[in-house]
Amino acid sequence: MTVVEGTTTDTASFDVARIRADFPILGRVLPGDLPLVYLDSANTSQKPQQVIDAISDHYRLHNANVARAMHHLGAEASAAFELGRDKVAAFINAPSRDEVVYTKNASEALNLVARVLGDAGRVGEGDEVVITEMEHHSNIVPWQQLTQRTGATLRWFGVTDEGRLDLNEIDSLITERTKVVSLTWVSNMLGTINPVDTVIAKARSVGALVVIDASQAVPQMPVDVAALGADFVAFTGHKLVGPTGIGVLWGRYDLLAELPPFLGGGEMIETVTMQGSTYAPPPARFEAGTPPIAQSVGLGAAVDYLSGIGMENVAAHEQAITAYALGALQEIDGLTVVGPKEAVDRGGAVSFTLEGVHPHDVSQLLDSRGIAVRAGHHCAKPAHLRFGVQSTTRASFYLYTTEQEIDALVEGLHHTQKYFA
Amino acid sequence: MNTAAMDSLYQEIILDHYKHPHGAGLREPFEAEVHHVNPTCGDEITLRVHLDGETVGDVSYDAQGCSISQASVSVLNDLVVGKSVTEGMTVLDSFTELMQGKGQVEPDEDVLEDGIAFAGVAQFPARIKCALLGWMAWKDAVSQALVTSAAPDNTATSTTGDPA
Repeated sequence: MTVVEGTTTDTASFDVARIRADFPILGRVLPGDLPLVYLDSANTSQKPQQVIDAISDHYRLHNANVARAMHHLGAEASAAFELGRDKVAAFINAPSRDEVVYTKNASEALNLVARVLGDAGRVGEGDEVVITEMEHHSNIVPWQQLTQRTGATLRWFGVTDEGRLDLNEIDSLITERTKVVSLTWVSNMLGTINPVDTVIAKARSVGALVVIDASQAVPQMPVDVAALGADFVAFTGHKLVGPTGIGVLWGRYDLLAELPPFLGGGEMIETVTMQGSTYAPPPARFEAGTPPIAQSVGLGAAVDYLSGIGMENVAAHEQAITAYALGALQEIDGLTVVGPKEAVDRGGAVSFTLEGVHPHDVSQLLDSRGIAVRAGHHCAKPAHLRFGVQSTTRASFYLYTTEQEIDALVEGLHHTQKYFA
Repeated sequence: MNTAAMDSLYQEIILDHYKHPHGAGLREPFEAEVHHVNPTCGDEITLRVHLDGETVGDVSYDAQGCSISQASVSVLNDLVVGKSVTEGMTVLDSFTELMQGKGQVEPDEDVLEDGIAFAGVAQFPARIKCALLGWMAWKDAVSQALVTSAAPDNTATSTTGDPA
């Protein structure tokens, strides 16, 4: 990988300045005449004008409820809502649009899988579920709840000192007793890109289902669920330049078709009598109530936007900017990167500690210079515990991040050290 | 925000207490021990209270957290040890009022002493919980210690999240 000086020429086909012009918020000036330096995209990404316009136009011109309104606007809204689903399906190369289930976020998508697998009796007493020590809480807690509910056992992969998944015990962890393996593709805290192919192949060999938390993966690299070989993939709209309030659960159709519903209510039924109900086929079966309509329109615009740039270009920029950041940050005395220290199989989230200064105080000082980062446990307390730290500061990058912003971060960290010295 | 705003948040007094906390460490005797966490950021404190009759005999603690939360519990130790429980509760009320006053409350130095340095924290909504972590733990521990003192052979312990 090559890192080219300047912000407009990271790769020949990638013009950061032009991309930034699409994101109105990146032009904001904060109190004190400070230009915004937004380094918190793993938390939520910013939105381009194209997404903002799509949502705004929907509410201005086409708003109605979907699937049940017989009038003209109802037809327009229904078509726009389902077009969003088509676009998402194409974006992740789903074999069928009916495999794309909308949820409110990735957490709900993971909870949905854990709940219905238990209800379907696919996980029971004596069975095992395998996760990893580097998961976000949303891929830990639902499995703890499932195994506690069913009498199954929860097991997990450890993490190496370098911040990689420890595959040494894969053969003793994933066995005939394993019913589900659920892991993150890209760690939100360590930044590690996991060897999901290896884990999926092993899980397949013992007949276990595989759930991939792709919340940090889908935004920053090309994802092809048909080629992946997993059974379920969860992600969220707001981290990929789309709106909040919409998440996606992709699932193999034959599997979705035999699983029971999650939430009950409107639109998830076939018919209802006072004695009982029958259920709609997927994806409607898993989408009770009025769905995220404007959000589907916005998410469709978001994946159009990313496809227009090309996900391979987004990934190349992420890789280049992460390499630049890892190099610059590690030149600071007293700064320790928690997670892989080289930009190899690594996403654009860099968590670190700064000797003698608590992460809250780091982020407060950076904020006073217009630099937005995240401080805390990043909803990954076990991963922090693994490295003996209570919390870290995390800088995370996206397609609009420039080298100048990394330089501002480094300067801000030097200032922080002096302030607390 | 700018340097002046930072200096109003990180007063010298706060940084001094952070670097040299008063009364840190867990000590005996104690009638109650509590463990409080700030679930959003992971800051934690284990805090013990020893009552000597009506008087707060000792407040000892083991805390992990940012400068604001660490300095705040150090100031707490200064302000309540040696005072009556009632006086301590008055200080707590005064400190809580200052923190929740959105910067509009004029602190009473006679009551809060070094605690007035936290007036600037009230302007940073995200940090108010940091400043209150130790104080909420103290309030919880004292109420348990009062119960325990009434029935002397027990040591109460509890683990709770910070409801604030």
